[in-house]
Amino acid sequence: MSENHPTNPSTEVGHAHGAGELVHPERFADPGVPAHKHRLTDTDPKAAKRAERIIILLFGISALGTIGTLVAYFAVRPDGTTPGVRTSTILLGIGLAVSLLGIGFAAIHWAKALMSNHEYIDERHPIESSPEVREVAVVALQQGVEDSGIARRGVLKGAMVGALALFPLTVAVPLISSVGGDWNVSKFRHTLWKKGVRLATDPEGRPLKAADLTVGSVAHIIPDVPASFRQSEEWISEKAKAIVLLVRLNPEDIRSEQRKGASYDGIVAYSKVCTHVGCPVALYEQQTHHLLCPCHQSTFDIADGAKVVFGPARRPLPQLPITVDDEGYLVAEDDFSEPVGPSYWERLK
Amino acid sequence: MKALAARRHHRAAPVVLLLLALLVTGGVYAAFAPSPAEAATTSTSDIQTGKELFQANCATCHGPAAEGTANAPSLVGVGAAAVDFQVSTGRMPMAMDGPQAQAKPRQMNEAQTQALAAYVASLGAGPAIPTDEMVDPSKGDPANGMALFRTNCAMCHNAVGAGGALSEGKFAPSLMQTSNRNIYQAMLTGPQSMPVFNDANITPEGKRDIIAFLDQQHQGSAGGLDLGSLGPVSEGLWAWVVGLAIMIGGAIWIGAKSS
Amino acid sequence: MSTATPAQTKKNAEPTTPAGKAADYLDQRTSIGVAVKEFARKIFPDHWSFMLGEIALFSFVVLLITGVFLALFFQPSMALVTWEGKLPQLHGQLMSAAFASTLDISFSVRGGLLMRQIHHWSALIFMAAIVVHMMRVFFTGAFRKPRELNWLVGATLMILGLAAGFSGYSLPDDVLSGNGLRIADGVVLSIPIIGSYMSYFLFGGEFPGEHIIARLFTVHILLVPGLILALVGLHLFLMVLHKHTQYPGGGRTDKNVVGFPAFPVYVAKMGGNFFFIFGVLALMGATMAINTVWNYGPFDPSPVSAGAQPDWYMLFLEGALRLMPGQAEIVTWGGYTLSLNVLVPAVIVPGILFTFLLAYPFLEAKVTGDHREHHVLDRPRNVPTRTGLGVAFLTAFIILALAGSNDLIATHFHLSINEITWIFRVLIFLGPWFAFWVTKRLCLGLQRKDRELVLHGHESGRIVRFASGEYIEVHTPLDEQERWLRVNYEAHKPLELAPAADSRGVKRKGYSTEKRWHRLSRFFFEDRIEPVTPAELAAAHGAHGHEAIEAQHDEHAALPAGAQRADQER
Repeated sequence: MSENHPTNPSTEVGHAHGAGELVHPERFADPGVPAHKHRLTDTDPKAAKRAERIIILLFGISALGTIGTLVAYFAVRPDGTTPGVRTSTILLGIGLAVSLLGIGFAAIHWAKALMSNHEYIDERHPIESSPEVREVAVVALQQGVEDSGIARRGVLKGAMVGALALFPLTVAVPLISSVGGDWNVSKFRHTLWKKGVRLATDPEGRPLKAADLTVGSVAHIIPDVPASFRQSEEWISEKAKAIVLLVRLNPEDIRSEQRKGASYDGIVAYSKVCTHVGCPVALYEQQTHHLLCPCHQSTFDIADGAKVVFGPARRPLPQLPITVDDEGYLVAEDDFSEPVGPSYWERLK
Repeated sequence: MKALAARRHHRAAPVVLLLLALLVTGGVYAAFAPSPAEAATTSTSDIQTGKELFQANCATCHGPAAEGTANAPSLVGVGAAAVDFQVSTGRMPMAMDGPQAQAKPRQMNEAQTQALAAYVASLGAGPAIPTDEMVDPSKGDPANGMALFRTNCAMCHNAVGAGGALSEGKFAPSLMQTSNRNIYQAMLTGPQSMPVFNDANITPEGKRDIIAFLDQQHQGSAGGLDLGSLGPVSEGLWAWVVGLAIMIGGAIWIGAKSS
Repeated sequence: MSTATPAQTKKNAEPTTPAGKAADYLDQRTSIGVAVKEFARKIFPDHWSFMLGEIALFSFVVLLITGVFLALFFQPSMALVTWEGKLPQLHGQLMSAAFASTLDISFSVRGGLLMRQIHHWSALIFMAAIVVHMMRVFFTGAFRKPRELNWLVGATLMILGLAAGFSGYSLPDDVLSGNGLRIADGVVLSIPIIGSYMSYFLFGGEFPGEHIIARLFTVHILLVPGLILALVGLHLFLMVLHKHTQYPGGGRTDKNVVGFPAFPVYVAKMGGNFFFIFGVLALMGATMAINTVWNYGPFDPSPVSAGAQPDWYMLFLEGALRLMPGQAEIVTWGGYTLSLNVLVPAVIVPGILFTFLLAYPFLEAKVTGDHREHHVLDRPRNVPTRTGLGVAFLTAFIILALAGSNDLIATHFHLSINEITWIFRVLIFLGPWFAFWVTKRLCLGLQRKDRELVLHGHESGRIVRFASGEYIEVHTPLDEQERWLRVNYEAHKPLELAPAADSRGVKRKGYSTEKRWHRLSRFFFEDRIEPVTPAELAAAHGAHGHEAIEAQHDEHAALPAGAQRADQER
């Protein structure tokens, strides 16, 4: 390392040097590191003193920020309400920021204004190790191989490789066999819906009658199950497959359905799980009968068997066949006739 | 005067002026803005006035007897609530055709609106305008309101009612500035693309709970500026244009040679 | 290294100051002196763009600090509890313990919401800084030999950053992130043959099950940060080993490094920068709300809210999913479903993007045929094809991210979401190509301008008339530092292709492979602008015949009698 003397740069790098006046070199020569320029703080002691005072002030401000944070911490107790938490967050955060920024600005200003700004030059060496070192390394490895005798003992080598290759199974097999639950992937095919299950509103679980829905109405539906089941951990996974959107149209507006008689008096029920990647499709536009997915904008036509009219989904939403029971409540006639939600490899099997 | 003149040249003067102007405009608006009047009692004279207003402003599209035309739906049986919603938010009378009628400054005052509503209500039974008690957020349960809002409303109107996109240029408007009465009426009548949420689907108490939940949002966000409550995209944008920009600015300062 | 025996050490002067004694104590046990000797005055070049990686590093440190705070209060459990907190909209609701503890962190732990918000902002900035840092490295060619492996380490860090971000985003178990997981599950299901088993592998059964939060917690606070820490260590070790690259300039060569010593200048600057970055993040956390989970509510598979998007660094995936038309889903022979409408955008598109990133240094090394070490950076204009490819890549990334925000673009600019989607479907093919073409032309234009400057100097605005009546504008030649910056580069030529057949007329093996590489090399380097040579400069001056005028000091210019000088501002 050598301190740079701008007038006489230590490293002169020119690819070619002009041999004479008439012959031009192939490339320009490196002019060397530019001359060092002094800062105001280098030449003017007053400026240096001023910079020092600013740095001291900044450190002082930081300390005040820390004190402010502590005061805010003890003085402002967040009461759990929105305004209370907001006040506490802002005060603590500003105090923390002042404390940090004070140190940050002070240190950087110190480095820039007061620390020496003379440039230095370090030599670089090729990254590869020198031929001598390589030679020693190769010899070391060869000796090691020789000492182990692995080259001579073929069966031993095979045994070692085999054992090493097998041992990960001791961890992998137990892990993989338990990590996927029961691995029964046919569960995708069945939902809580079956013949006679009432359609209830989400989230209250109130069964709906056909007469409850006026034309243009939309209801978000779950199967009518005991309230205690809806508070259990298993419920969410079942709900994820069973959610249904119930729409009442003018019966003459319905152009097609997936199954004959699946609707009841203009009321149609379709799975709410998108056939693209499974978001809940729920943006129903009453006038166009279009159902839009807010995640990727797949658009389904509810009046036309929930066929896809736009976006990345391919298949219509599965339809839930419905009717009414003796008391006038809407009930399912059957489960969905195909797995709900995103496509997967063996879906049609 | 000289001092004032000097201040006029101050760098901050335009900003201060702008702020003052905004303050004055806001104050004037607050003083003269139409305040929701109490539900007017329906009378025959109201219906007569309403009929005249209808003939003058609405009949072109909705037909002379409100029976509907190719351009606009029938208003028989939509009820007073639908009329009050459409007219008091300025959506009707519609100014121009578009993907959907947009809210704008209302063109009919409260009395005219009530008369029109009374007329349309007289054409066929439909939902009535909710009373103040039915839309009073202090009587609702925000927790139930949030549960209902999440399931029934948030997919179009966003988690806190900041609005969202529908297909083909339509959109679900922001609910931040919408009056409680209009929110209730929208659920009840299902204007335009919005589906109907009748009282069997979301009970009147449920509707009031939803209003109570939305009212909570007027307190602002516990986390500070809400950045439009638009979710991760706006957060990402702010991370780049505020956070990273300041940090790169800092890096430029650190890397710059001191003079 | 140190062979000094204790006896020899004793011969040195006994330290007297406390600091000296401590250093002596430490050195006798660790030979730390060697490290100090090596690193204390190590030289690093100074430039603002070298601090972009620092932003990423320090955001990561802030993530660790705030993350420890959050981990102490968070409960990674999907067991259902009733929340009894004060917030009216969620009071008394049934929710997972994970969501309830997130609410408690936000509303009852003092400073908890501040820490949550700083943590989330840091995560966004961490990824943003990584992207900007990678852009700097890419456009300046800092990935060239010997740094190709460090580029791979860095790119892996970026991918790990995505994993850290996504796993953390999902932890609060709110509706927004739950729908994110639902989408991830949909993507996993689309994988041929093993899709449904992969889904069970992740969720421990059907979506969402009862395990995913605990699993993501382990991934988020142990696996991924552990890997990131290890790779950050490797990244920095290699950076120190290679010594930092430097921008071209006088005295800067591939054999040296010009700059300031680590101690004290960079200790102060880096230390200061850490506090500065932490301070900005604290300010953001204090004043700007982020991921307001209390508005989204606990996860439930039924609701979803408008504006359902992932954090910004995942938007490109979201956009790709939105753009892909559904017709691509097909049923193969045997009745198996192949969801190309999901596989292409969610697996193949990112696959292509990341492969390009990882492979680029090796690709460029191959087409340049250059095996030397490079420590002086390229000016982006001097490598037009690389710069063009980089901008094309960014354009594709930005178009996909915008497509992932198409619903917000629709509402904010009153456009139709369907039309926007169609526009982006076209743009994703045309945009990158157009960006490449424009950028490459711009680079070539800038190079020509550099040549022009070197050959003819700056326009001085002074017009001179000769006796003959000829007017010329005096050009000030560049000083040698300015000139050096503009001539000190190499314009690579396309690879030379050896003949197809050897001297005996036998067709060479591997000729066709070589021909393909040669074609790629031509694509890279066919258009190039050579730097000005001294001969060209001399010729340019000679050709004008006004060498004297163009000399640095025009006082010496022999103006013909009667020549007028007009000082004019252009």
